[in-house]
Amino acid sequence: MAKNKAAEGQVTSRWYKSVSDYIYMAVIYIVLILALLLVLIPFIFILASSFSSAEAISAGKVLFWPVGFNVEGYKMILETSSVWRSFLMSLFYMVAGTLISLVLTILLAYPLTRKDFKANSFITVLMIITMFFSGGMIPSYLLIDRLNMLDTVWAILLPTALSAYNVVLVRTYMSSNIPKDLYECASLDGCSDFRYLVSIVIPLSKTIIAVMALLYGVGIWNNYFNAMMYIRDRNLYPFQLVLRDVLVLNMGMGNPSDIAEQQERLMFSYLLKYSTIVVGCLPVMIAYPFVQKYFVKGIMIGALKG
Amino acid sequence: MARNKAIEKPNAAKAKRKWDFSRNWQLYIMVTPPMIFLLVFCYIPMGGIVLAFKDYSIRKGILASPWVGFEHFENFLSSPLFGTLLSNTLILSIYTFIVNFIVPIFLALFINELAQPIFKKAVQMITFFPYLISVVVISGMILQFLNLNGGLVNNIIRLFGGTPVDFMAKPEYFRHIYVWTDVWQRAGYSAVIYIAALAGIDPQLSESAILDGVTRLKRIRYIDLPTVAPTVTIMLLMGIGGIMSIGYEKTYLLQNNLNLSVSELISTYIYKRGLLNFEFSYSTAIGLFNSVINLVLLISANAISKRVSETSLW
Repeated sequence: MAKNKAAEGQVTSRWYKSVSDYIYMAVIYIVLILALLLVLIPFIFILASSFSSAEAISAGKVLFWPVGFNVEGYKMILETSSVWRSFLMSLFYMVAGTLISLVLTILLAYPLTRKDFKANSFITVLMIITMFFSGGMIPSYLLIDRLNMLDTVWAILLPTALSAYNVVLVRTYMSSNIPKDLYECASLDGCSDFRYLVSIVIPLSKTIIAVMALLYGVGIWNNYFNAMMYIRDRNLYPFQLVLRDVLVLNMGMGNPSDIAEQQERLMFSYLLKYSTIVVGCLPVMIAYPFVQKYFVKGIMIGALKG
Repeated sequence: MARNKAIEKPNAAKAKRKWDFSRNWQLYIMVTPPMIFLLVFCYIPMGGIVLAFKDYSIRKGILASPWVGFEHFENFLSSPLFGTLLSNTLILSIYTFIVNFIVPIFLALFINELAQPIFKKAVQMITFFPYLISVVVISGMILQFLNLNGGLVNNIIRLFGGTPVDFMAKPEYFRHIYVWTDVWQRAGYSAVIYIAALAGIDPQLSESAILDGVTRLKRIRYIDLPTVAPTVTIMLLMGIGGIMSIGYEKTYLLQNNLNLSVSELISTYIYKRGLLNFEFSYSTAIGLFNSVINLVLLISANAISKRVSETSLW
C-alpha cells in the first residue's frame, strides 16, 4: 500500500513519500504556527492595550484591537522629563560604551593573531581566565568605589567594556579571513603594525566589527543591573532604570500630589505600563530588521570557534 | 628545530624575547590599554576576594582589616537560609537549563524541515526577536500579563468562567513562570546555532536518503541529530558552566515578599546582603563559594565530555 502511494507520489512530488511524512509535515507546521502565535500575541495585545482607554483595559475588554482609541499613555510618557533624559543618557552610554569596547577589543584581538608575537600565549591565558572566574559583585563594587567612579558615567562605560569571549571571536575571524601573505607583503614594503591594523585589518574585518558593535551596543542598552549598583544620581539614570521604576516598582510618572483620584490613577497606571512597554521595545524593534543578519552572523562565528 | 636550539643555548630564548620586543614593540603598545583594563577591572576584583577571609571595615580598608579565616563561610554554611538558597538556585537553574536546552534543538530541527523559504524566514525572524528585549521590559510584561486585575491571562480565565489567580503571589508558580518566559525569550536565538549546523549537511546526502525511501523521522535520527551533536555538546558544557550564575537580573525583578521563599537565589542574596546591607565580607564569601562551585562544575563537565565525545571547551 504505502509503496504504491509512494510510487504515485513520486510522479507529482518527489519530496513527499509516505503517509507518515505527510502527518509529520502537518505536525511541524502546526507546532511552528503555534510558536509564531505565542511570540506575536503578547506584542499585539500590548500594542492594542497601549492605544486603548484605561477603563477598557481594566474591564478586560481589550484583546487584539484598541478599544476606545486614545494616546493618553504616550502623551504622559512624552511629557515626563525623566523619560527623555534617561533615553538620551542611554543613547550616550550605548554609543560611547560601544566605541570604548570596540577599540579595546580590536587592540587586543589583532596582536593575538600574530604567531610571531611572543607574549601571545601568556595574554591569551590571562584573558581566558576572566571568562570563567571573576572577583564577584562586592569586590567589583569596592573597586569602583575606590576609583571614585560611583555616580559617574564611567561606572557604566568601563567595568564591563571588554568581553574576553568577544575578543576570541574577533581573533578567530581575523586569523581565518585575512590571508597571512598580506602581512608579509606589507611588512616587506615597510608597513608598520599600526598602519597595517588601521588600513588593512580593520577594513577587512568590517563584518565582525559590525557584529561586535551590535553585541556590545544591545548589551549596554539593555543592562540595568550595573546602573542599579553604581548609580544613585537620577540625572545619570539609563532608560532601563526608569522603565524599571514604572514597570516593576510601580512608581507613577505624574506628580504624586493628586492622591484623591487614586482609583482612576490605578486604572491609568495599567495603560501607562502598556505604553511604557511599547516605548521600551521600540528602539530594538526599529533597528531589528537592519541588524538581524549581523546577529545571526555573530552566532555562527561563535559556533565555528566552538 | 627552534626548540632544540633553545636547549643548546639557554641564552637564545632570552635574546629572542628581547629581539621580539624590539621587533614587535608596536604590538606591545597595542595590547597595553586592554591589558591595563583587564588588570584593573578583572584581576584587582579577583584580588579583592581576600575580603572573604577578613572582617572588612571601610575605615581600615582591605589590607588593614583583621583576618578571620573561614568564619564567613562557616556562618553561611550553618545559616538556616543556606539550604533554601542553594536548593532554590539549583532547582531554578537546572530547570531553566534543561528546558532551554531541549526546546531550541527541536525548534531548529523543525525549522530546518521547512521547504517554503518565506515561511522559514518569517519563523526565524519572529522567534528570534524576543531575545533583544531587555530583561526589565520582559519582567514588566510578565507582571502585567499575570496581574490579578486586568492582566491578559486572568482576563482569559474570567472569560471561561474560572477564578482569577494572583500568579506572582503564589510561590508554586514562580519557577514555571520564570523558566517558560525564559524559553519564550531565548528559544529562537539558541536555535540559530543549530540551524547553522544543520545547514552544513551535504544536500547530496539528504537527497540520496530520500531516493532510497528513508522516512523523515529516520533522516532526523540518522542524519540531522549526528550533525548537530558536537554543537549540542558545546552548548551543554557552556550551560553547565553557567548553572550557578543563573539570571539574577530577571529573578531580582520578579521577586516579591510573597514568592521570596522560592525566588531568593544565592546571587540575589549576595546583592541584598552586600550592597543593601553593606556586609561586604560576608557577601564576598558567599560569592566566592558560588564561583568555586561553578568552576568545579565546568571543569568536571569538560573532563567528562573530553572522555566521552572528544569535544571540549579547551
